[in-house]
Amino acid sequence: MAIRNYILVCGGTACESSHSDQIYNALVKEAKEQGVENEVQVVRTGCFGFCEQGPIVKILPEDSFYVKVKPEDAHELIAEHIIKGREVTRLLYDKTKSTKHAQVEDIKFYQKQFRIVLRNCGFIDPENIDEYIARDGYAALEKAVFEMTPEDIINELKTAGLRGRGGAGFPTWMKWNFTKQVDNPVKYVVCNADEGDPGAYMDRSTLEGDPHSVLEAMTICGKAIGAHQGFIYIRAEYPLAIHRLEVAMKQSRDYGLLGKDILGSGFDFDIEIRLGAGAFVCGEETALLQSIEGHRGMPMPRPPFPAVKGLWGMPTVINNVETWANVPVIIHKGGEWFSKIGTADSHGTKVFALTGKICNSGLVEVPMGTTLREIVFDIGGGIAHGKKFKAVQTGGPSGGVITEANLDTPIDFGSLVRIGSMMGSGGMIVMDEDDCIVDVAKFYLNFTVDESCGKCAPCRIGGRTLYHILEKITNGNGTMEDLDKLQEIGDAMRKASLCALGQTSPNPVLSTMKYFKDEYLAHIVEKRCPSGKCKKLISFTIDPEKCKGCSLCARNCPVGAISGELRKTYHIDQSRCIKCGVCHDNCKFGAIKVN
Amino acid sequence: MAKMTLEELRSLRNRKQSDIERREVAGKDCQVIVGMGTCGIAAGAKVVLDAFLTELQAKGIKDVAVTQTGCMGLCYVEPTVEVIVPGMPDTIYGKVDAAVAAKIVQDHLVDHRLVTDHIFDRPSVDIMKNGGR
Repeated sequence: MAIRNYILVCGGTACESSHSDQIYNALVKEAKEQGVENEVQVVRTGCFGFCEQGPIVKILPEDSFYVKVKPEDAHELIAEHIIKGREVTRLLYDKTKSTKHAQVEDIKFYQKQFRIVLRNCGFIDPENIDEYIARDGYAALEKAVFEMTPEDIINELKTAGLRGRGGAGFPTWMKWNFTKQVDNPVKYVVCNADEGDPGAYMDRSTLEGDPHSVLEAMTICGKAIGAHQGFIYIRAEYPLAIHRLEVAMKQSRDYGLLGKDILGSGFDFDIEIRLGAGAFVCGEETALLQSIEGHRGMPMPRPPFPAVKGLWGMPTVINNVETWANVPVIIHKGGEWFSKIGTADSHGTKVFALTGKICNSGLVEVPMGTTLREIVFDIGGGIAHGKKFKAVQTGGPSGGVITEANLDTPIDFGSLVRIGSMMGSGGMIVMDEDDCIVDVAKFYLNFTVDESCGKCAPCRIGGRTLYHILEKITNGNGTMEDLDKLQEIGDAMRKASLCALGQTSPNPVLSTMKYFKDEYLAHIVEKRCPSGKCKKLISFTIDPEKCKGCSLCARNCPVGAISGELRKTYHIDQSRCIKCGVCHDNCKFGAIKVN
Repeated sequence: MAKMTLEELRSLRNRKQSDIERREVAGKDCQVIVGMGTCGIAAGAKVVLDAFLTELQAKGIKDVAVTQTGCMGLCYVEPTVEVIVPGMPDTIYGKVDAAVAAKIVQDHLVDHRLVTDHIFDRPSVDIMKNGGR
């Protein structure tokens, strides 16, 4: 009997950590036990992007979108949906709409998205090369190897206007062209999969869901610039992505799509994986190349750029995972097609990892020019728990905050820089009214101080000094001069640091100072933290009007700082209070005040 | 599998493409919905479902989504099948077997002609909201 149903189970890291592997096994087992193993095919796919509601199981052709599925639901899914043809309503995303018609289209999360990079994620089995091939996989390689000259390939990228997705937005065709023009028998192609921004996981999901797209793109680049060896530098803490890459590489070697004499064309290209230990600075291209060579990951001054003198001194093209994933589509569908998507100076789409205080955290891909408001409120579903939007941080520790006033800015490389942030690799962290902006700046700075390699003084000393000043402010000891110092040191770091890590690490501080000056002033002048995050600046007191004397706070206080008599007003001993907020969370009458 | 040549890669793609196209729902305007309640299955709905899939594949028809549903309430004429084609009335066929399924594919889906001997009305349409949909 022919296959009539496909069950797609999300196999991304987020869903796998909530047992999607067990769901997969349970579904296979149930299908067998209930005698339908020849009628359904259970497929493990890459990330669907809707991580907030994971683990996700999608059943085709009904297109039923099941969310938060548990392994024990497998029996019911097979018995009800597959055998009896009844959707399991309680697991559907939109429970009010149990229809046989397309469900995914109804979910607002997907409505404004346009998927190029994530085209196969959540649709194909990433460990099955045949499914990638069926979705026009390796068609671009065919074209590049048999029909196009290296010049044609680079011109196609030029027409497309693809810019690097790692953050800086450098035109990809120029990078390739520089390397192509250098006359050297040995050249290298490198994939930067060292994704380090806090909260970002676009590259991991792409590699987990569609590893072949990166392999294909690197091979095409090899043909264009005359290289025969590629390296994928990926952090060791992405075991699933590494596993999928290894499987994919083996399959494409077996098929003759990688290795010697690709498709009988006489062109050789092979790829090796290099594991990184997870240092943030190794995402910087010169440090990354040092690390591949086996040295300590430290940046080098540029020029010379890697395009001319890179890995082991040889000309090297290095691109980010997302950039690579765009390449096969551009070669297959043409640069013209790609250039029509997006805005005037930024073509195509961008993948964002949407996290923080948002209803639908997840992986989203939108055309350039989509506004932040659309991403946060339409796709992201707005702020969780009905709180008020405060700001969104893009570009991770290298970027800045964007406030309500700039939410309608269409996103592209230029516009984000103009409003004091940057595209970055695509992390997007949403903050609500409960987040203290000074605390957020301190958090990012703590990260970059920790990750600074220490090679150049502005980054090593400047970062730490900035951090100390912020600590001083959040402790209530800040002065107005400190604000000037922050600005001065930040400016110096921007100009004098050796690599992008140091140049951009003051950004979170400088941009929050620009947009939330009042909040800094509240900390410094009034010695007050408006959102109640900075412990040194708050105190808890009990409102005698509201206190019923139930003793709940006193019984829960971990340090015994609250005393009183039953049915009379309780008191907090400020000298013993550690400001943990447990009393506040436990009081049923709202009698604990935060000052 | 041994290393492939260009021709082999292309033919592999063509073969696999039709497999994976069946996963696409978008772009499929026509639907064949087979009633697979207990009554339907007992009366042979599985054979019918298989017949539709085989027939569509044999004829190379790709824009039809074959799905299943529960009991439509016409248990006396099971197996039942609902066929939705744009520009044609939504039709419920009853007493369908493999041969009738093949006829439906040819007449209804290809030639856009109803298979009149097997049409049944949705039960209680007149007394239900939205015609029972």
